[in-house]
Amino acid sequence: MPKQTGGQRLRLPLEWLGILPFVVFAVLFLILPTMKIVVGAFQTPDGGFTLQNLLDLNTPSIRSAYWTSIKLSFVTALLGCAIGFAMAAAVVFGGMPKGVRNPLVTFSGVASNFAGVPLAFAFIATLGPVGLVTVWLRTEFGINLRAMGFNLLSFWGLVITYLFFQIPLMILIIIPALDGLKREWREAAAVLGATGAQYWRMVALPILFPSLLGTFALLFANAFGAVATAFALTGPQLNIVPIKLFAQIRGDVLGNPNLGYALAFGMIVITALANFLYIWLRVRSERWLK
Amino acid sequence: MTRFFAWGTFLLGCLFFALPLIGMTEFSLKMRRGEYSFDAYRRVFEDQRFWDTFSYSLILAAATIVVGVLLVVPTAYWVRLKLPQARPVIEFITLLPLVIPAIVIVFGYIRLYNTSSFLPLTGSALGTDILLTMGYTTLALPYMYRSVDTGLRTIDVATLTEAAQSLGAGWITILSRIILPNVMVAVLSGAFLTLAIVLGEFTMAALLNRPAFGPFMQLLGANRAYEPPALAVIAFAITWGCMGLMQLVTRFSKHERAKA
Repeated sequence: MPKQTGGQRLRLPLEWLGILPFVVFAVLFLILPTMKIVVGAFQTPDGGFTLQNLLDLNTPSIRSAYWTSIKLSFVTALLGCAIGFAMAAAVVFGGMPKGVRNPLVTFSGVASNFAGVPLAFAFIATLGPVGLVTVWLRTEFGINLRAMGFNLLSFWGLVITYLFFQIPLMILIIIPALDGLKREWREAAAVLGATGAQYWRMVALPILFPSLLGTFALLFANAFGAVATAFALTGPQLNIVPIKLFAQIRGDVLGNPNLGYALAFGMIVITALANFLYIWLRVRSERWLK
Repeated sequence: MTRFFAWGTFLLGCLFFALPLIGMTEFSLKMRRGEYSFDAYRRVFEDQRFWDTFSYSLILAAATIVVGVLLVVPTAYWVRLKLPQARPVIEFITLLPLVIPAIVIVFGYIRLYNTSSFLPLTGSALGTDILLTMGYTTLALPYMYRSVDTGLRTIDVATLTEAAQSLGAGWITILSRIILPNVMVAVLSGAFLTLAIVLGEFTMAALLNRPAFGPFMQLLGANRAYEPPALAVIAFAITWGCMGLMQLVTRFSKHERAKA
């Protein structure tokens, strides 16, 4: 390497030049727009610093929007985790034929991406006022879902609809984790006299706990940021944060642009908390999956 | 006993996933009273807006894939070859779109690139299209980067680069004729996922007021009864097609490697 002494000084900046396009892209289309929102949340209309926007979020309407959103994300994440885990465990440990597993994984890949507007249509055609299941229950069994208080365009209607992409996402993430449970651990536990339930409670679940909790956080963030499904299902009237923000961006319904920034800032804070929990727990859980 | 519960759980789950799919298919066939027909599909396909918005979204998806590949492949390559210390930062940035909801990102775009800003992209249709493409590239970034980076892990980047350099290849030749063909499978699987994401995307296109497929579906859903489930069936078929192609290229590559 004859040129090393001369090249040493030049090398550092030139190498960093290689990722310049990426950095420029990230700054222009990811970091600056987000900073604009974050800074705007702490600004008065004429640019001074204020905490008033964040304090103004504390109105009954916005509070209930956040509360409904958090509840919706929490419930769909919890049910998604539980049902997804049960299905994954059934396929991995339930002694089912090998041919079941790959189609389930493939289908989960499709269904977790089948969110948004078409998903809302599918559920309207199934559980809507004249949907397949609604009509079938009414004509065959005389069960009137509407009279029983079920409405697809309500909180629980949204929960059922969101589960269609939450459960598959859970299945996709948890199957590799279940595969990571070594056969030897179960055998070792059995040799020491553990029952099946004891094995699950004292060996398998503590090992899986970080990935379960982490996936829960991911599903939470996934539901919290979803706009299209809810919007196509219920239109602009449902009071959840993403829909409120959508209406605010379209037409400043809050009557204060900086309050819109604060609303968006609140969303970033909540999804960021959930995601960092996910990433942190994922790193912890991967120790066991080698 | 275990097997009984396993089958029970699995079949209940399958029922939950099958019912909406059956529901939308059945509903989409019911347009003619008293018999099944494809009238709803005919209506959809006769609608000029369907073709306009669909081809618009398709073009945007193609642009997104091109921008994504041009951005991600050289960066991931360079980070692996020369800048391993930049890796955590780059990975963190590529994960950000999963942290920041799309609606917040597009909100930032609208405020940052309005007509009175330093880069007035929303001032013209072409500018907004560019902005939307960049937005989609951002949404697809986590998947594209992961896919390409995993692809690069399976090849010996340093040796291939040195071999190409000693034969006189420049950086562009190395990237386009050595690295890209080697990670083609990863690029393709990222591309099909991008296609599936872009074709159904609603939030960004609606807020930037562009005539994309997602907002068109929403509009039809608000005004019609039988066409929306037909659209849902079409959208599901498209998603399924994208994922199927993704699996196909992955499986194809496994066979290639097994032979080698």
